[in-house]
Amino acid sequence: MITVPLYRLAHGRTGDKGDRSNISVIAWAPELWDLLVEQVTESAVTELFANRRPTTVRRYVLPKLHAMNFVLDGVLDGGVNSSLNLDTHGKNLSYLLLDLPIRVPKALEPMLVGCNDEMSGPP
Amino acid sequence: MDNGPLPRSTTNGSIESLYVGGAAGFSGDRTDATGPVVDALIKAGGPAVLIFETLAERTLALAQLAKKRDPSAGYEPLLDDLLGPVLARCLACRVRIVSNFGAANPVGAARRILAMAAEQGLRKPRVAVVLGDDLLSDDEVAWNERLPGRQVVSANAYLGAESIANALRDGADIVVCGRVADPSLVLGPALAHFGWPMNDWDCIAGATMAGHLLECGAQVCGGYYADPGFKDVPDLANIGFPVAEIHADGSCIVSKPPATGGCIDTHCVREQLLYEIHDPEAYLTPDVIADIGSATVTALGPDRVRLAGVRGRARPNELKVNICYENGWLAEGEISYAGARAEARARLAANILRERLAGLGQLRVDLIGVLSVFGDDAGSGLAQIDTGHARDVRLRVALSHEDKAAAERLTREVTALYTCGPAGGGGVRTSLRPRLGLESCTVSRDRVRMRHIFIEE
Repeated sequence: MITVPLYRLAHGRTGDKGDRSNISVIAWAPELWDLLVEQVTESAVTELFANRRPTTVRRYVLPKLHAMNFVLDGVLDGGVNSSLNLDTHGKNLSYLLLDLPIRVPKALEPMLVGCNDEMSGPP
Repeated sequence: MDNGPLPRSTTNGSIESLYVGGAAGFSGDRTDATGPVVDALIKAGGPAVLIFETLAERTLALAQLAKKRDPSAGYEPLLDDLLGPVLARCLACRVRIVSNFGAANPVGAARRILAMAAEQGLRKPRVAVVLGDDLLSDDEVAWNERLPGRQVVSANAYLGAESIANALRDGADIVVCGRVADPSLVLGPALAHFGWPMNDWDCIAGATMAGHLLECGAQVCGGYYADPGFKDVPDLANIGFPVAEIHADGSCIVSKPPATGGCIDTHCVREQLLYEIHDPEAYLTPDVIADIGSATVTALGPDRVRLAGVRGRARPNELKVNICYENGWLAEGEISYAGARAEARARLAANILRERLAGLGQLRVDLIGVLSVFGDDAGSGLAQIDTGHARDVRLRVALSHEDKAAAERLTREVTALYTCGPAGGGGVRTSLRPRLGLESCTVSRDRVRMRHIFIEE
């Protein structure tokens, strides 16, 4: 087993509506899909976003697309019209999620994309 | 060539595809990408439509405020830049145009388009406007009463595709809308072209999701996607905007004009497919409830991806309404610290501001270069990090307040850091802007009088 950031297994994009953020997580390869389902869970994401105090975190799974969609309520400090954040839309939040550490069996290592960054993830 | 709105059969009896080009993804998008899209539509040779999506949630409220100042304004300010360079070719080759660039003043936009055509010496286009979304104009008192103590700026229902389809069936060259659901800009032409019954939910959902892929312009062509070493996208400086070939079953193939930058593959199409979607099995629009749970995304070749298998269920009974209201003032200020102990000096400056501005409400603090956009307004993210050794830090603070003079105190205190703050601070920038608030609700369809009219002059 090795532990790598999620961005080596998947990519994603953030959207927003009001105080709700949605973040897609899309597998780089079908072989990596099971690891995502097993480890990129609602509770893992809730913990990762603790500073943003989500009221609910819901995961929708799309096996045919090897994609999942996270819907996080209450993480945008009121949303684009009331947040004081520079990024009122929370556009950057996919990259917070993509830092999630994932345990990967050695056998699947060749499927990973890129290499680990020197910099560590957010606090 | 004739792009008649009714379906035409090909020699083998199947209904000809409809080509739709997405030429803008928001108000402020690039305006020079449209030419290659129009060229691609003309080259495709079939019935073709060009759409511009230029209305984000707040854009309409800003347009209402512009119209208040000048009754002839209130439509997309870049209308001339968007349409001017391609209007002649679109009219000559019967590429129809559908857009929400009417914003708060679709009639004004239509008049400007007629004038533009006259200035260019073109034939007079048939320009239709879709009306009925502006609920505030119909009943200002009722919508203000919904938000007691607030000054409502706009209240608009998200209209569906029907009036767009009807306008095209009536021979419109150009359909100007205000608030319609973004995907309806594509569904409208598809309804007019294929003649689907209004309860053929699978086809309607398919074309709706084609519209969803196009509505953000270059975002489906590798825009907003690149990540060096992970997601490399060629020639973003010249990214192509999308063209969808929509089939009679509601499926579509997304591509982009030749010799443009960007890329279309199954990865970026899936990112855009899920963009701003909540439950993927229940994507609500005024036209349908779309379900992409069993949809497939398949690469057909370089920069050609097919979306199929979208399902649909009966459309919601109610329409979504966005109400925008005046919501006080947003004050922001920034100052930079560099070199030894830059982070410590920036944090000291932040503490000075916290003390000086105490009692004004929540003060947001960002240390750009340490922690900013990932942090929360309350500052719990920043509070968890000990002072580090960042050597190039920009302090940014923000607060909002109902009262302009109170908000302005922040800009003055940040400026005063020049002489009263820590050593070496420089590059102060401040801004003070009015803020708009947004509430959403729903309204029964029968309370919304959606219709289209033709504008003659």
